[in-house]
Amino acid sequence: MGSAPDLLDRRLLFFTGKGGVGKSTVTAATALLAAERGQQVLLVEVDGKGNLTALFEHPPVGFEPRPIHPGISAMQMSTEASLREYLRVQARVPVVGRIGPLARAFDFVANAAPGVKEILTVGKVCWELREALQGRAPWDLIVVDAAATGHVVSQLDAPRAIQELVQVGPIRQQTDWMVELLADPALTALNVVTAPEEMPVNETIELVARAREELAVPLGAVIVNRVLPELFTHADEEAFDAMRAPDAVARLERGSGPGAVAVLDAAKLAVSLRRSRSAYLGRLRDEVDLDLLLVPYLFVRDHGLRVTHMVADALGQELG
Amino acid sequence: MSAPASGSLEALLASREVVVFCGSGGVGKTSVAAASAVTAAARLGAKVLVLTIDPARRLADALGLESVGNVERRVPLDAYSGLGVQPRGELYAAMLDTKRSWDELVLRHAPDEATAYRILDNRLYHNLTSRFVQSHDYIAMERLYELHASGVYDLIVVDTPPTRNAIDFLEAPARMSEFFGGRLLRWLTMPYRVSGGRGARMINVASRPFYNLADRVLGSQFLQDIAEFFLNFQSMYPGFVERANAVEALLHDRRTTFAVVTTLEGAPLREAETFCEELRARNFHLGALVLNKTLPDYLLSVDGDRAATTLEQESETLADDLSSLGGALTDATRTARVLRTLGDSFHDYEVVARREAELRAELARLPDVVVRVPNFDTDITDVAGLARVGECLFAHDAVAGAPSDTGPTDTLDPAL
Repeated sequence: MGSAPDLLDRRLLFFTGKGGVGKSTVTAATALLAAERGQQVLLVEVDGKGNLTALFEHPPVGFEPRPIHPGISAMQMSTEASLREYLRVQARVPVVGRIGPLARAFDFVANAAPGVKEILTVGKVCWELREALQGRAPWDLIVVDAAATGHVVSQLDAPRAIQELVQVGPIRQQTDWMVELLADPALTALNVVTAPEEMPVNETIELVARAREELAVPLGAVIVNRVLPELFTHADEEAFDAMRAPDAVARLERGSGPGAVAVLDAAKLAVSLRRSRSAYLGRLRDEVDLDLLLVPYLFVRDHGLRVTHMVADALGQELG
Repeated sequence: MSAPASGSLEALLASREVVVFCGSGGVGKTSVAAASAVTAAARLGAKVLVLTIDPARRLADALGLESVGNVERRVPLDAYSGLGVQPRGELYAAMLDTKRSWDELVLRHAPDEATAYRILDNRLYHNLTSRFVQSHDYIAMERLYELHASGVYDLIVVDTPPTRNAIDFLEAPARMSEFFGGRLLRWLTMPYRVSGGRGARMINVASRPFYNLADRVLGSQFLQDIAEFFLNFQSMYPGFVERANAVEALLHDRRTTFAVVTTLEGAPLREAETFCEELRARNFHLGALVLNKTLPDYLLSVDGDRAATTLEQESETLADDLSSLGGALTDATRTARVLRTLGDSFHDYEVVARREAELRAELARLPDVVVRVPNFDTDITDVAGLARVGECLFAHDAVAGAPSDTGPTDTLDPAL
């Protein structure tokens, strides 16, 4: 079992999660935390809409890694650019100039053929890792904002799937070293970002089981985002309940004005929201045999670097 | 409370035969679609079907959808009586079975059974149906067409599949016919057709660079498998394209409307706005915008803010006053601590509510119907839970407006 404290000692971290749970924020925060601890980080946006760098208040980047923050370079995956690079660097095919008109045809086949897009994506990431391991790229850590839970298994399993489907050919030879890097628990981990709500928790439990069964990539941690604070201890809650009795409300209104009821209602809402969510947190604890890192719900107005910092700090505390 | 809007969701649903709910992941789209269907069935006296794609376990249970399969099930509305409303219509629910729908489609459109089974048995078939050109999106729209054409239902409420990009499914029928009719497919499969499908490839000049490239990357056997599969699939062309066009026409029909669901959070809201624009640009009917899981307005009240500050600053004085009530309030130290927590917590949630209100105020070019649904603190486990959400959707005073400064009395008690 992977243990969370050594998460940043690995070299390649994938992050997945259901849409809407904050996968990109947690991915960016992990990169920031590693950079703050002195690592050179490559942040890879695979499936996104080109706005991962906005979490660093930096404009979008392309396929070529660019520094976006001290210690962090970022790149956005492009299967076409990845293919071009693969052909140039590895297959040594001198068709760079001609791939343009063929891109659409290739895109077409790549869409239908299992694993072609995925292999170009994962292949590029593995290539950067291999370059780093051999001292030709500066990355201490590669952090990947990977596909959502529904697609991440086919994405990360692509090298193996290709091995099975393609019996001969150059791709076949290329997949062996990728599979080796991806399966090494000292190097690689797949992390799942979730939120304490029904669908994200269900998907996380299903994904962890499925990844164990089907994927060679080792699992890392489950990051639970937006955990609401526990307002009261049991004894405090008794006092809170007593405050909601009519005579207590009357005294509070006398002392603090007509808004006292709104304050009591808001606290009741906070307690109930926390309660229904903590049940899902409990389910995660019971059913997922991985370290859970908790990131609190942030009661803040803005987004951008400040929020990324807050999440990075929370992760840092959890990792110790 | 804000003034009644020019339209209500109730009026919208009463005037349409198909309502497509869409939005990004995690906004509660499936629940909102199901709640609308439940309420439409109960209040409009219509025969309503809700077609869901991948409901949460609880929701599937609530609708009695314990098994997948393209079967429509009657959902009892007895729970509705608890709300003092005698349900007038009938509700049915169905869950989309993507794999089975595709199989049925192939069996329907293939020229003969042998071709159909050659396709179904192809190892690339599963991959294609599960991932190619938004096949989930297409099959959902195709299934909708079939159910609508059956004429059994007065209203069909559709929950759309979660997509990376919400506009994908709008383009699915067009892309599907483009795929089958495309010159690209003919061009790709040409060498295999010339040589009779199997055996040596005769590559023409135009496609040679592609095949050279593809051979280097994929290996030639693999490519041949793909081409053979496409050849078989292409035999379904005429029926398939006709159908895709009909599906497209239904989505543009004036009996069809779209409802966009979002939460008042930055990313989903931006996506919802883009989606509204896309719908307009493509001449689809944008009927409603649903702002889901919103925080109550009392969090924005000036009185509330003032009281919260007083509780924080004068917690000890207030606690002393309360201690004479005895019981759990006897311990003034503890009571003071609780009061400070109350004030803190109010201010925390106030920040989020204010953010929501700002985002709401920035919304431009709204559709006629804008509905707000409060953040219910309990999960939906049955039809009664759906009905409760549905009543908010249908309520005229749930229409979004400027945040009011009224007290908590006029907002929905989430613990109701």
